[in-house]
Amino acid sequence: MTAATLLRLAWRESRTARRRLALYMSSIAFGVAALVAIDSFASNVTRSIREQSRTLLGGDMSIGASAVFPAVVDSLLDSLATRGVSNTRVTTFASMALAEPSGGTRLVQVKAVSRGYPFYGSIDTKPAGIWATVHDAAIVIVDPSLLIALNAAVGDSLRLGTRMFRIAGTVQNAPGDAGISSVIGPRVYVSSTLIASTGLLRFGSRAQYDALLRLPPALAAKADAATLARNLRRRIDPRAAALQEAAEARDKRGGARGGAPDAGPAQAEDARNATDSAGLKSGATRTRVRVRTVADTERDFTEAVARLADFLSIIGLIALLLGGIGVASGVNAFVAAKIDTVAVLRCLGATSRQVLALYMVQAGAMGLLGATAGAMLGVAVQFLLPRVVADFLPIDVQLALEPKPLLLGLATGVWVSLVFAMRPLLALRRISPLQAIRRDADQTVLQREWKDLARMSVDGVLVGSIVSIIVVRIGDVRDGLVISAGITAAVAVLWVAATLLIFAARRSTRPSWPFELRQGIANLHRPANQTRAVTLALGFGAFLLSTVYLVQANLLSRVQSSAEASSGNLLFFDVQDDQAAPLDSLLRARKQPIVQQTPIVTMRIDAINGRSISSLVADTTVRRAGWALRREYRSTYRENIVGSEKLASGDWFADSATRATARAANPEAPFAMSIEKDLSVDLGVALGDTVTWNVQGVPVRTVVTNVRTVNWARFEANFFVVLAPEAIRHAPQQYVIVANVDSGPMLAEVQRDVVRRFPNISSLDLTLVRQTIGAIVNKVTLAIRFLGIFSIVMGIPVLFSAVAATRRARLREGVLLRTLGASRAQVARILLAEYGALGALGALTGMLLAFGGAWGLTHYVFKDAFNPAVLPTLVIAAGMLLLTMAIGLLTSRDVYKATPMAAIRDA
Amino acid sequence: MLVAHGLTKEYQSGTQTLVVLRDVTFKIADGAFVSIVGPSGSGKTTLLGLLAGLDTPSRGTVTLDGVDLGSLDEDRRAKLRGEKVGFVFQSFQLIPTLTALENVQVPLELSGAVPMREATARARDLLTRVGLGDRTHHFPQQLSGGEQQRVALARAFVNEPRVLFADEPTGNLDGTTGEVIVELLMQLNRERGCTIVLVTHDAALAARTQRTIRLRDGIVVEDVLHPAFDTAVASV
Repeated sequence: MTAATLLRLAWRESRTARRRLALYMSSIAFGVAALVAIDSFASNVTRSIREQSRTLLGGDMSIGASAVFPAVVDSLLDSLATRGVSNTRVTTFASMALAEPSGGTRLVQVKAVSRGYPFYGSIDTKPAGIWATVHDAAIVIVDPSLLIALNAAVGDSLRLGTRMFRIAGTVQNAPGDAGISSVIGPRVYVSSTLIASTGLLRFGSRAQYDALLRLPPALAAKADAATLARNLRRRIDPRAAALQEAAEARDKRGGARGGAPDAGPAQAEDARNATDSAGLKSGATRTRVRVRTVADTERDFTEAVARLADFLSIIGLIALLLGGIGVASGVNAFVAAKIDTVAVLRCLGATSRQVLALYMVQAGAMGLLGATAGAMLGVAVQFLLPRVVADFLPIDVQLALEPKPLLLGLATGVWVSLVFAMRPLLALRRISPLQAIRRDADQTVLQREWKDLARMSVDGVLVGSIVSIIVVRIGDVRDGLVISAGITAAVAVLWVAATLLIFAARRSTRPSWPFELRQGIANLHRPANQTRAVTLALGFGAFLLSTVYLVQANLLSRVQSSAEASSGNLLFFDVQDDQAAPLDSLLRARKQPIVQQTPIVTMRIDAINGRSISSLVADTTVRRAGWALRREYRSTYRENIVGSEKLASGDWFADSATRATARAANPEAPFAMSIEKDLSVDLGVALGDTVTWNVQGVPVRTVVTNVRTVNWARFEANFFVVLAPEAIRHAPQQYVIVANVDSGPMLAEVQRDVVRRFPNISSLDLTLVRQTIGAIVNKVTLAIRFLGIFSIVMGIPVLFSAVAATRRARLREGVLLRTLGASRAQVARILLAEYGALGALGALTGMLLAFGGAWGLTHYVFKDAFNPAVLPTLVIAAGMLLLTMAIGLLTSRDVYKATPMAAIRDA
Repeated sequence: MLVAHGLTKEYQSGTQTLVVLRDVTFKIADGAFVSIVGPSGSGKTTLLGLLAGLDTPSRGTVTLDGVDLGSLDEDRRAKLRGEKVGFVFQSFQLIPTLTALENVQVPLELSGAVPMREATARARDLLTRVGLGDRTHHFPQQLSGGEQQRVALARAFVNEPRVLFADEPTGNLDGTTGEVIVELLMQLNRERGCTIVLVTHDAALAARTQRTIRLRDGIVVEDVLHPAFDTAVASV
């Protein structure tokens, strides 16, 4: 038989089955859609980042620090300027803004810019063109959201610190900022020349200082820029540069993916700084300066996008696998319907290989069709995605068709559908031509033998394909294997559950039960039952859906509870030592109580167990994170452990009287200290180790008496290090103060008065924070809902395919029952009993798996306590149950719809 | 020439061995029209399956034109069927997704023995020959039982088989329609000189063949020539 004949015969033979086969193969479409959408969009984003990376950074290179630049940076910038490397500066800090005449206050993000900012990209304003005038007068240009929050308008006055500015206009679009960031802290652009007059940026204020560099064309090439950056790093801080270069070299040798030079410790430090919500950065004696090129920015962003895409593609992969299961069970049904045809073909001289080829061609064609449909859907989703995520991205994503992800998705889809179809199709080889003259054609002829080499190799190819697709997608062998193992475990659990159900169905049926129930339950265990296929498809769907829901519910409840757990509603920070008492009396005068006052003392590590920092850093035999040794710590002192902390080892400080007695006996003994668990690992310290702190010039010797875990997500002042009060009670300190102020006019009045009297103190309305978080959560929820709906939709064709697997057997039996006098209602009740049991098992097992999966995600990924939302999950399970029963009745509708005779002819 | 020698077929049913055919031996000459009769369960269909190479015997051999079917593997037997054997079934066994014409063409397409154009022409001729020249593009479900069986007949003859096996070809048809099929079978047997082996319950039908082999409990209990025919052709 020639290839042309094969194709022709395959085409003709598929005539009546095309629609059904297409349905089975459409199971694959959603997985392909997900992969294509995710990859194409990631590719769009990456390309856009490449195109806009200069705009993203604002220059060809940036030098940044969280404190005023050390003198060496200034002199370097001056000498670079003489060589044609111009620079512009931007200083970013948080401050209270007070609008007049409305009197509204709001914590804002001030961006003090010097002339020339930004070098690339433009800041669009309304009215247009006012950006050019920002240095000419005492004006500010603000985010539109700020005007709403302050109840102010263009032309009104805005007070920053001790100076008034005129609001000249609003910012419509600024380069390098995600839309969502203005929700968190509305931006206020002001000329850097006027900042001194606000009195806000004093020594020790928290601010981010950046200098953007524009390189002359001769230096702008990537390699030249990298060389310049390396030289700058060496000049600014030779030791840090050496460490970074060593790390880069290690990454290169290890062939680690990406290997962003600043990734790792530096990012971890940033993350910690960000979560250290009491994080009051004050003057740093050893400022860490970061030099970044456009290539660094590009790499960091594309890395982040790649990681996100990897994470999302796990969902796509699961969808694809679920689709594969759908294909397998659908093709199984298809094969059962083809027994007669194959037997006749064999009688007519077709070899088993020809038969297999015939149906492989059909399956391949349908797989291509399903994958194509999926790819088209994926492209549609790709074009929809920006609406969902645009606010989180700092760039304008240029949407374009990406041929590579499209082809990759298609190929993966076709391959997965072929591999999964091959398994049931192999059964066709065992159809004997005798089947054509024997009238006992049924699925028992397809029953498998255990030692079938072809089948075992197909199984091998199947498992190998899945694992390698996952590993390649995730890009990490270990993670890929872990995920494969997880999926295998879920499948195994469902399989075991189904097997138990079969066993239970065989044992539990009682003669006293109504006929329909007995019959329906018996269907679960009789030969060629569909129990395993349906349970697998349904359970996996329920598993995915419930997991998505549970994780979402947990994230939401965490955000809500952390915002609500706070005892007050107004948070003051940057409160100086001498301002605490007057602020207290200001609040008392208005009968608004302070509920919490947390002192903060800045300090650095001098030595651990008597060894100096420099000797510790030089010591490579012990793994210690350099950043942890060198950073500035903002610590507190108190008597008790607080709600967001848990003791991991050791004992909390003894009571003050005991400590006082001990100190009187031994005045030189080190003070008690509590350390956060992760930090203890980074520093390599354990219970009993001594740490000598440099508290603004004064050495304080402490000993680790306990290790704590800290829930950083709680909206409270959390600390890496807590000391016994006597250690630092008299050190210079700042405060974070929480007050409980009546909402409404009083809240606004208190904020206004505090801004007027203490311009440096920032206040944060927690109700507002809650709303802001709510807004962000809503956006995230939208994305999660999207995933949830996606997983339901993709489950439906799979479920159809699974149910279809035994449709013929159901039909035949139903018709027989009808012939013997069963009413349609009786047949329907039998089906309901069967699908009810299947649906309940699948949905419940899926739900239990989901509790496991969601627990794992919240515990390991989101590092939070898991709170099982049982009731909503039960609702999902009930929904799945109803869906199964509906699909079961729908696919068997011929049995109770048509007359027995018509059904006999069809079956 | 089709030769059965010592054919025995046993099935294992639990611990018991079920003997369906026991030491069956006979020869059928080329161009003969032979019927196999016997009550239900006597082993008729099993015998047919063995003769056609659809199944393998527990013991004994089937030789078609000097080729021992038992010496061929399943795929070679399939090829041999495609070249030398035709089938007509009680339940017609047309492929429901193919038109009448396409159903008839299938054996030629599978073997690839003739070009497509010729295959279509032959199929059309045969369909005209069985009186269905105007229904070539109908699907099986659009045809009556008799018409379906005539398509099956055309399909059975399309590759000019040496032997045609018919399993109760009139079993699902009414008397008149069945008669048309029998007439066709006999005509085709005469015209094309192809051997026909017919399994039937129908004594009247069997009487119209040249020779009847009667089975009971897997044993040949009778092998008679019908006097109306030339005995030299019927037996060897």
